[in-house]
Amino acid sequence: MKANYGYLDGSGEFFITIDTDLCIECKERSCVAACPVGLFEIIVDDYDDEVAAIKEEHRKKTQVRLRSLQAGHRSSGSALCCSVCTRSRGSFLVVRQ
Amino acid sequence: MTETTQEFWRWKESNWHDESIDPKAAETVSAGVDVGSVSSQAVVMADGKLYAYASMRTGSDSPDSARNAMNWALENTGLNLEDIHYTVGTGYGRVNVPFADRTITEIACHARGGNMMYGPSVRTILDMGGQDCKAIHCDEKGKVTNFLMNDKCAAGTGRGMEVFADLLAVSVEDVGELSLDVDEEPPPVSSTCVVFAKSEASSLLREGWSKKRVLAAYCSAMAHRVVSLLERIGVEKDFAITGGIAKNAGVVTRLEKELKLESLKSNYDTQIAGALGAALFARALVEKQRKKVAR
Repeated sequence: MKANYGYLDGSGEFFITIDTDLCIECKERSCVAACPVGLFEIIVDDYDDEVAAIKEEHRKKTQVRLRSLQAGHRSSGSALCCSVCTRSRGSFLVVRQ
Repeated sequence: MTETTQEFWRWKESNWHDESIDPKAAETVSAGVDVGSVSSQAVVMADGKLYAYASMRTGSDSPDSARNAMNWALENTGLNLEDIHYTVGTGYGRVNVPFADRTITEIACHARGGNMMYGPSVRTILDMGGQDCKAIHCDEKGKVTNFLMNDKCAAGTGRGMEVFADLLAVSVEDVGELSLDVDEEPPPVSSTCVVFAKSEASSLLREGWSKKRVLAAYCSAMAHRVVSLLERIGVEKDFAITGGIAKNAGVVTRLEKELKLESLKSNYDTQIAGALGAALFARALVEKQRKKVAR
């Protein structure tokens, strides 16, 4: 499942997309520890799968959080969470603005 | 001097039950309660068939709203809460449904409910709720494959429409049809903020625009707003709309025009989609429990 977290308001559209299908078989959950701003948590979704999600307190602040994610992309080619994802490098999370 | 105040935003609350079904003969009686920010619905199913529902305005207390909706759905059915085998709570106030056995997000429930209401061919569901808007992509079983929710801003929501109904002193249930009764489609008002749109509409009225023309401009803005959300997840046929705004022909017609796609129609009340999905989840969960016990 593609889970889009974020919002659309007068200042623009700020969404972070997580491909949670990649989380189902994942044992490491490295993305949670790797994120320098503590964006992620592991939740049990509606279909009883353990998947990564953006924490509730960050969901309406994605405009600010996107800046740090984009800074990570610029400096190392991908955000830290994506670079440590063992299931699929880079495609675990997509930032759109 | 007497002053009369009319609540133009108030929509019709309703309850219904199918007299041809005997729920006491059913193996499984499941229920779903959707406590939204503006409206609450309760749905009761007998062996997977829609038996009863109620749709009413959410009050200031979520547990009371859940109880009131369920009591109204059960009114004159001969059933009471103890006869229901499993209840799923959903919606904004789902954690405050005191008699729920489990909670499930409204995103998953709308997909499941939409699948029953519109059939397994539905792939894209737009839920235009009271204070949020959800674009959902699902598979043939009604399982969510992609979703996006916008709940930071009232633009593109039912509450925005209620604000306009009050401003123009037009019943919210008549807004859609009136907005279509214009000779020429006016340019949309601001689609980014209800407060801006409201002040823009006041200026247009002062300039001499008719109420119908202002309503057309607002319905057009709302349609434009949700199209940009839908485009984020990609619109795939078949496409359906749930929630209260699905009853507003002015928004639906303009949305279909912008998407160049006709939405599916259903005989079900579009506002019960979330509660219906919750009741379907409840049935599946109680049957899973029974299988576990039988093993």
